[in-house]
Amino acid sequence: MSILVNKDTRVIIQGITGKNGSFHAKISKEYGTKVIGGITPGKSGQNVDGIPVFDSCEEAVKELGKIDASCIFVPAQFAPDSVIEAVDAGIKLIVVITEGIPTLDFIKVKEYAKKHGARIIGPNCPGIMTPEECRIGIMPPYIFRKGFVGIVSRSGTLTYEAVWQTTQLGFGQSTCVGIGGDPVPGTTFVEVLEMFENDPETKVVILIGEIGGSAEEQAAEFIKNRMTKPVVAFIAGRTAPSGKRMGHAGAIIMGTSGRWQDKVEALKSAGVHIAESPSEIGLKVKEVVEKYGIR
Amino acid sequence: MNVHEYQAKSILKSFGIPVPDGGVASSPEKAKKVAERLGGDLFAVKAQIHAGGRGKAGGIKIAHSPEEVYEKAKELIGKRLVTHQTGPEGKLVRKVLVEKGVKAKKEYYLGVVIDRAREKVCVIASPEGGVDIEEVARKNPELVMTEYVDTFLGLSDYKARKIAKFLGIPVQDIVKKLVKIFFDLDLSLCEINPLVQTEDGKILALDAKMVFDDNALFRHPDIAKLYDPHEDDPREVKAKKVGISYVGLDGNIGCLVNGAGLAMATMDEILLAGGYPANFLDVGGGASLEQVKSAFSILLSDKRVKTIFVNIFGGIMRCDTVANALVQAAREMGIKVPIVVRLEGTNVELGKKILEESGLNIITASTMREGAMLAVQKAREFESKEKERRKRRPKETEQEKTSESVQIKS
Repeated sequence: MSILVNKDTRVIIQGITGKNGSFHAKISKEYGTKVIGGITPGKSGQNVDGIPVFDSCEEAVKELGKIDASCIFVPAQFAPDSVIEAVDAGIKLIVVITEGIPTLDFIKVKEYAKKHGARIIGPNCPGIMTPEECRIGIMPPYIFRKGFVGIVSRSGTLTYEAVWQTTQLGFGQSTCVGIGGDPVPGTTFVEVLEMFENDPETKVVILIGEIGGSAEEQAAEFIKNRMTKPVVAFIAGRTAPSGKRMGHAGAIIMGTSGRWQDKVEALKSAGVHIAESPSEIGLKVKEVVEKYGIR
Repeated sequence: MNVHEYQAKSILKSFGIPVPDGGVASSPEKAKKVAERLGGDLFAVKAQIHAGGRGKAGGIKIAHSPEEVYEKAKELIGKRLVTHQTGPEGKLVRKVLVEKGVKAKKEYYLGVVIDRAREKVCVIASPEGGVDIEEVARKNPELVMTEYVDTFLGLSDYKARKIAKFLGIPVQDIVKKLVKIFFDLDLSLCEINPLVQTEDGKILALDAKMVFDDNALFRHPDIAKLYDPHEDDPREVKAKKVGISYVGLDGNIGCLVNGAGLAMATMDEILLAGGYPANFLDVGGGASLEQVKSAFSILLSDKRVKTIFVNIFGGIMRCDTVANALVQAAREMGIKVPIVVRLEGTNVELGKKILEESGLNIITASTMREGAMLAVQKAREFESKEKERRKRRPKETEQEKTSESVQIKS
């Protein structure tokens, strides 16, 4: 078991003929992911590393049958439309790697997807990885190892940091989900936490948050009331000044909202094990594993 | 992206929201001319900087004649204004907005924002205007009304009427227009604070703040032109030009990192190691050699920086790219400060090899924590050496002192 994706997940790549799309399509395929097709309007009939290219999602579905997930590498100006195209073709999991989508566009697209029963992961995210089964997105495969730690994160490189540390300690990961650094993510911390709570393979969860918004506070509320599995968290941005956007569109403290200390306090009071430093994430997991006798 | 008050007001005006008559001026002479054109015997002279708290800091002055407007403008233009939002160094006032004075009967608050948790745009209104709305919400939540805007249908008329009734003034039209501005121009924040009712019953936006979604500027070229580079840290402006995400801070350790989360975490790790970062810098996932070189040049030209800490976890970004850029930048620009490097991820071995073979004096660390600790230590050593050098050359220190900026206080 794992969450969201596994070895049977049939994936297409929207924007497959672009630089990033083709590069990562290849890596995902080599990793064993079922990358069955790609979309680039006007390039139907071509192929990328043996992966057939179609003009539209609709045509791909007609040709390939059921598609479980799509990964979007389309530039920000066109990405919202690509999401709608995927939703209309009946694809239920849409992972948006693209950074820079206007927030108001995304709010609309998300509501549309929700109405049609589709889930969006991202945008501005590194994707999803179930080690040894399925890679959707841009995460570097070699740092992963199959195991029992579930990771959910607003940051790409910090996810790698957590993955690497848990791999080196021999715990491995069940699934890693990058929910992305935008103000409104397609899938929230709470939704992923709920999936991890229900996934028998996941025994410990790492949550990586950052300043801005209140997603961590909402996660804390959920953990307090609904979670039985231990959670380790690291929140980035202790040193971030107020009113400045820290790289991610969503990482900004406005007035007194989105502050680091409030997030850490909320998580602590929900019984979450806080890693004070990013270098300590793995060690915190180790402590928890020993404390609860997890194997 | 932030804009100035006078720019926000001209947008309000173009959408039919009434604002006081006024004009912007970059010199006392021009300010006087604006006042003469406006006529009357009451004027407001308002410093135009991107920061709140101007009133308390003495950045908003009242005048009763064009001559007095001249005097007040002279007091403001060319000076640095320090408010609670500017930091201790303050912001240079380059322009003032001269407006016809308004006698307000009552002040209100009206704002439109994105509620990130509910994933909807909402209108916030309060009969307590002219003060910090967060403060009002904390102390008197019953004085703050929030109405959500349907993503597809927009703000219903009945909701606009409800807000007007709550405020007790006929503003349904203004509320609808403000929401329209928000959606049409892709804002992330739009505030009128205060919105006033004057003694003769008129409703006016006395102050306005707008924050635009950077990601949507591509479809609003006219708005993008309103960007004022003078309002940003010059280091940030330089970084923006080459497509690097950068925020200037006042510590002495320059950071070069890939990924926003890791860049923030690197700053945090430096703090935990007892130091303080000079900046946030995310070179991004797919940065080119040139971009990484530009990033180094920004750090190298920053006098605050006493040590550079490079922290890379290569995903898409390859370690060899960073190593090559570092070596090239060092050769071209000459590196005087210590450099601590921690590399992990894609092509890490190749990256390390490039650094070793370069013959440059680079300190390598195997973890982020070790790197941060080394950086803090090296920065301290470098600073104390610098101090010693200065002792030997006291003249230079004198000069530095006199070039410090003048500040005006409230």
